[in-house]
Formats: sequence, C-alpha cells, structure tokens
Amino acid sequence: MTKYIIKRVLYMLLTFFIIISMCFILIRLLPNVPVQQFGKDMSLVLQRRVRQGLVDASGNPIPLMQQYWHFIVRTLIGGDWGVSEALYIGQDCWTIFVSKLPFTIMINVYSIIISIPLGLGLGILAALKKNKWQDHLISTGVMVLVSVPSYVYAFLVQYFLCFKLKLFPVIMNAGTNLFTPAMIRSTMPAVISMALGSIAGFARYTRAELTEVLTSEYLLLARTKGLTRAQTTVRHALRNAMVPIFPMIIGEFVGVLSGSLIIESIFGVPGTGALYINSITALDYNFFLLLSGFYTIIGLTANIVVDISYGFIDPRIRMGSKK
Amino acid sequence: MSREQTVPQIPREKFAFSDPSRMIHDQKIETKQIGYFRDAWNRFRKNKSSVVAAIIIVILLLYAIFVPIFCETTYSLSLTDTTYLTYIKLLPRNKLFVKLGIDFWDGCSKQTIGIAQKNYFDAMSQETGHDVITRIYDEYETSGKTVYDVRVDSYISNGFKYMTLTQEQYDDIQKWQNETGRQIIFPAITSASVTDANIWFKADPKGIPEMKNGKVQDIYKKNGVDNYNSTRIDGDPGKANPNAENRYRYATLTGDSKSVSYKCRIFTYNYFVYRYGFEPSFFFGTTAFGQDILTRLASGARFSFLLAICVSVINLFIGSIYGAIEGYFGGHVDMVMERISDVLSGIPFTVVSVLFQLHLAKKVGVVPALLFAFVLTGWIGMAARVRMQFYRFKGQEYVLAARTLGASDWRLMFKHIFPNSLGTIITGSVLVIPGVIFTESSLTYLGIINLDSSTMTSVGTMLANARQYLSTFPHMIFFPALFISLLEISFNLFGNGLRDAFNPSLRGADE
Repeated sequence: MTKYIIKRVLYMLLTFFIIISMCFILIRLLPNVPVQQFGKDMSLVLQRRVRQGLVDASGNPIPLMQQYWHFIVRTLIGGDWGVSEALYIGQDCWTIFVSKLPFTIMINVYSIIISIPLGLGLGILAALKKNKWQDHLISTGVMVLVSVPSYVYAFLVQYFLCFKLKLFPVIMNAGTNLFTPAMIRSTMPAVISMALGSIAGFARYTRAELTEVLTSEYLLLARTKGLTRAQTTVRHALRNAMVPIFPMIIGEFVGVLSGSLIIESIFGVPGTGALYINSITALDYNFFLLLSGFYTIIGLTANIVVDISYGFIDPRIRMGSKK
Repeated sequence: MSREQTVPQIPREKFAFSDPSRMIHDQKIETKQIGYFRDAWNRFRKNKSSVVAAIIIVILLLYAIFVPIFCETTYSLSLTDTTYLTYIKLLPRNKLFVKLGIDFWDGCSKQTIGIAQKNYFDAMSQETGHDVITRIYDEYETSGKTVYDVRVDSYISNGFKYMTLTQEQYDDIQKWQNETGRQIIFPAITSASVTDANIWFKADPKGIPEMKNGKVQDIYKKNGVDNYNSTRIDGDPGKANPNAENRYRYATLTGDSKSVSYKCRIFTYNYFVYRYGFEPSFFFGTTAFGQDILTRLASGARFSFLLAICVSVINLFIGSIYGAIEGYFGGHVDMVMERISDVLSGIPFTVVSVLFQLHLAKKVGVVPALLFAFVLTGWIGMAARVRMQFYRFKGQEYVLAARTLGASDWRLMFKHIFPNSLGTIITGSVLVIPGVIFTESSLTYLGIINLDSSTMTSVGTMLANARQYLSTFPHMIFFPALFISLLEISFNLFGNGLRDAFNPSLRGADE
C-alpha cells in the first residue's frame, strides 16, 4: 500500500511538472508586455522580472530555455511567482492569491456542511422508499439538478431569493471579516447554488449504492436472523453503501480549495475563481500561471486521494495489487 | 510410444462422402430473429422518459435548424440594422394571447405608476391612438399620493423618437402613410428644452404634464415650411384644408437647399411596420440591443449543436483508434499511451481553452481554436471506454479463432472486436454532446471565449449579456436558460435510455 501511494504521488508530481512546464512555455511564447507600459510601476515590475530570471537587467527577454530553467529553480522550487502585471499592478501574486483563498474555502465549506447530510438523507430516503412517490419525487429532482447547468439555478436563486423575496443581498458583502452574521447571510445565495449540485450528486450515488446493497443476499440473511428492518439498514446496508460514497466526500473536501468559477462570478465572491476569471480577461499571465498550476494540482490530488481512500475504507480493495 | 507413428497416411482418394444425396443444414430458427440494434430499439422504446427526451431533442434541433432559415427575411433584418436599437427590451408577445385578451405573454408588464406617469402614458395613447395602458387593475392612495396598478404595453410605450431623414426617406414614408393610412411622422413640437420626443404637451422640466381641465395642452409647431404632403393627425386644422392658417408642422428642416434633411418625430411602432413590413411582435421578446431573442437563440443553439456534433465525431475517431491500439496491444504500448492521456486529462479545461485562444484565435479564428481545445482533451473519455471494451473482448474465443485463421491485427481490431463495443461507443459519443454544450456555454458566459457578433452568438453570451437585467427584464435570461436546461435534461435522459438499450444483459429484465 505504501509503495502504491508513493508511486501514485510520484506520478502525480511528474504529471504536474509536465503540465506546468507546457503552460509556462506556451505563455512565454506569447508577446511579452514591455515594462515601459507600466509607467510609474515600471521599476517594480522590471525588478521582479529580473529576480524571476525572465529578462536581463535592461528588460530584454533571455533565451526561452534559460527562462525555463530559472522558472524551475526560482518559481517552482523557490516559490516566487512574480508580481501582478494587470490586475493589481506591482503586488505580489502569491500574497494576493493567499488572501483570496479564505473566501473560496468558506463558501465551499458551508456548501459541504449543507449538502452532505441533505444529500445522504435524500438518497437514503429514496432507496428505502424505492418506486414509491417519495423516490420518484427525489429521483426526478436529482435528475433535473444534475442536468441543469449550475448557473441556471444560480439565476433562479438570485431572482427568487434575492430579488423577489429579498431574503439575501444580491451580491456578497465586501470586507474581510468572514464570520459576522451579515457576512454569512450574504454568502448564502452562493452557498445554496453550490450546494444544490452537490446534494443531487450525493443523493444519486447514495440511492444507487443503497438500493444495490438492500437487494443483496447477506441483507436477507440478516433479516432472517431476526433483525428489524431499521437494524439491517443502519448496521449492514448503510455501512456497505458508504464504501464508494465516502471517497466521494473526501474528494469534495480536497476540492474545497478550488472555487466554482461561475458561481463566484455571479455572486461577486472575491475568491480564487473570480481571480482566475479576472486574470484571464485582463491577460495577467503571472496570475494565470499560478492559478492554472493551482487548479491542476487540486484536480490531481483529489484524484489520488479518492483512489487511495478506497483502499483504506474497504479492506477488500487492494489498490494497485497484482492479479 | 509416439502416437504419430500409429496413424497411417490415408490417401485422399480413399475419403468419400457418407451420403452425398443428403444435404445437412442447421435447423432454421422458427421465431423472428432479433438483431443487436433491433433488440436495443425494443428496449429503448419501453423507456418512456427517454422517448420523450428524444422527441424534445428533435424539437430543439429543428428549432435550431429551421428558425434562422425561415425567419431570415424578417427577423434577421433586426440583426444587421442599427434602427433595431429603438426596439430594445420588448417583452415576449404571442399574438394569440393578445387577441384573447389574456394578461400573459402579451408584451405587457404590470407596473405601479404615479399620476404623472399615468398622464404621460395617457397623452401618448391620445396622440398615437394606440393604448399604452391596456388595463387598470387598481387605484389607491399611499402616503397621500394616488398610485395606479396598470398593465403597460412595452411595444407602444416606446413612443416617439427623433430621426433625421433625407429627402428620399421623407418622401417614401409619406407615400407609405398615404397608402396605409398609418401615421409615422407626427407634428414637430416647440419646446427645445425637453429631449424626450414623447412630450408633445406643456410640461415642467421633469416631464410632468401641466393639466388644464383634465387635459394636456399641445405644443405643436404651427405653420412653416415642412414640404409635408401626407396624412395628418386628428385635430390638425390642416387635415380639412392643407393650406389652413394654423396647420401643424411635421418636420424641422436642416441643412442647405442642396441637401435638405428633415428632423421628424417618428412613432416607433408604426415605423417598424413601415420598415420591416410586419407588426412588431417578438415571441421571446428582444434583448438589450433590440435583437430578437427567438432567432438569436436559435442561431446560438445551432452553433452549439454544430460544435458539439463536430467534437463528438472527431473524438469518436481519435478516441476509438487510440483506445483500440491501447487495449489491443496492451503491455508497454498501453502503459506509455496511458501516461500520455493521464497528463492530458490532468490539465484543467479552462487552461487548455485559454491557451488555445491566446495562441490560435488570431491565426485560425475563435471557433476553430475552441474546437481544437475541445478535441485536445475530449477524446480521452472515449479512448478509455474503447480500451476497456478491447480488454474485455480480445481474449475471447471468437477472436482467437479469427487469429488462428490468419486475420491481421487491423482486421481483428476493427472487424471483430470493435463492432462488439459499438453500443458503449454510441452512448459515449451521444453523452459528449451535452457536455460540450455545457462547457461552451459556461466559457462564453464567463467571457473567456467571445463569440458575439451581429450574425453569431452563443447561449452563454446571451445569458451573460442579459444578466444585469435579471431583476427588471427576466425574459431575456429566461428563454436561453430554459433552452439550455431542457437540452441538458433531455440529453441526460436520452443518454441513460441509450445506455440501458445497448446493454443486452438487461434483456427481459423488466418483463
């Protein structure tokens, strides 16, 4: 198992390295914004570009392969991602990125707190009431929520809850104090929109897994032993059904760091997702590179965490075992 | 003892048919044969929700294909013409509902207005002869002021605007007025202080009418040269006698004697009829730029469908060849190829599409760049599916038998194994379509990819443009959102049905 984990992590690092290298080279091949354009911030930008090893002291680009070597040494290992060159001119990319993270994490954590109990609960209810009206209702709702793009129900939430019923402010409050009641209230539309999708996802998987387990033979045996339906469901069926669902929950927790681009931009959440979109529209390459790397590594990590957690949760599964 | 030695060589001639007169055949199957696709179709048909979903998809497809074609002569004018900026934010109107007098989908909206606004609308109705307020629901007092709940016709409440016409246009409109009896050009007004062409009455600087005996008082310009020789409005002394003393003046002349131009007050509703030849009635309403949502959404949908189908077909080709090679040869080939697709699948799609846009959009255009981005990582899912199928089938006896008979690798792959995985492949490539449409609409919504132009759009762009009007004109967002939701739901249901249909192990499962 340890060997398998090490192998997976090494593969992941290699993949990440290849992807970020391609991104770096492709971005560096684009025309460089001349430092003269930055006016009074010129020396700041130039200084950092020189420090990153992308240009020589007079601001002319150096050969690409040298830039790449400097990128590996100073950026990937040294952690110097340069300064923002369009959005927050002259400010350190990494600092700004870290200052945006709490908003994204907060939204995601609230969304998970809502969606796990609701999703699992609805899934269990649907499985227990299979082919009754409760099941049909939940399954239809799940089908709709899974299919409809998240921005559509973000619009619905915004229109009905914010404009019509005026329960929440239309966009998120500004400010850095994340735990005041007003702030939490203003994040709710975004949280609800994010949670709807996750609820549907959880409910669907839970229902599918649980119905399969409920029809299995060992459950029949448990009933013939004299256990009540509730006992068999909680002690036998639910535990086994959780095996594939639990990794999903863990994957969701890894995904906490990466925001939803669309939801963040609709509700004005000043998180990483919004920063990413802004960096793309403003062509802020340093941010773009940093955030691309960030999203890549989140995606890759979530993958292996899910894979590995299967092995931990279900001892019957031996990941990477020989036949 | 070796067995071979005991078998004697039997010459060929010694072999003979046991009974040459008797033909031996397999017994013919009595029942009707059910082939693979027939079986799939039988199962698909039973799944009611998938059938309904398939019908909805067909309707949406027909909408996307035919609406831009058949509405070209009328609605596409409003796509290429700057006058359509006059007809912005019109509400959806269905002529049938207007005729029946139902307060729904009739191009009107419920508004709560004060007395000043009501007088303004009433004056507009009085001048044009069209009702701005179609219904008064309620009249009540709040904090000492009278307030009305009314239904306002968004098509008429646009009212008037100033237009500067050339001699030719001026004459042509007059000719049209004579033929149809509809008034487009209304009398010029004296007050220069108000820029609002609707205020044809005495009003304070805020536009609130000054009432005299419950009526507004006109401020029409009288006499003067206007070269006007067409129908006149009621109350114009010039109506009875074109040379009357106090006749109204219909245009203000500007320019010199060589190229004279006429500044006129144009009634926008009738002007639309003149210009485009039909009554303005937009089934889905118009956007903030005056574009007809019905046709614009259809052209956006057409683009989405085209892109998605292209991506699906290309992915099918690349994915099945790649997956077939991986799955068939296995071993090191598989390992290396899997690593390549691992790396590609690790790149977030946003990154791919942005990099392609930055590098390629200028050289090959935005759409091909987007297509390349979709293709670069899109085939991986298909390849994985095909690879799985190949692993399943390549060790089976019929493949071994074909190999023994000397079939080449290529033949084994595409003649013997591939057809067996057809079901999964078809399902997979159908399910690619909603994914592509969703991703494309998200990217265009976020403005990462910009496809908007006078002749082209995408559903995402329409949503993005309409977003700021979510609270005031929800119809602009409603129709594109409805379209994309319907599409995604039906494709998912259809895909589920297809998956079950192509799964022979479900044969007779529900009987």
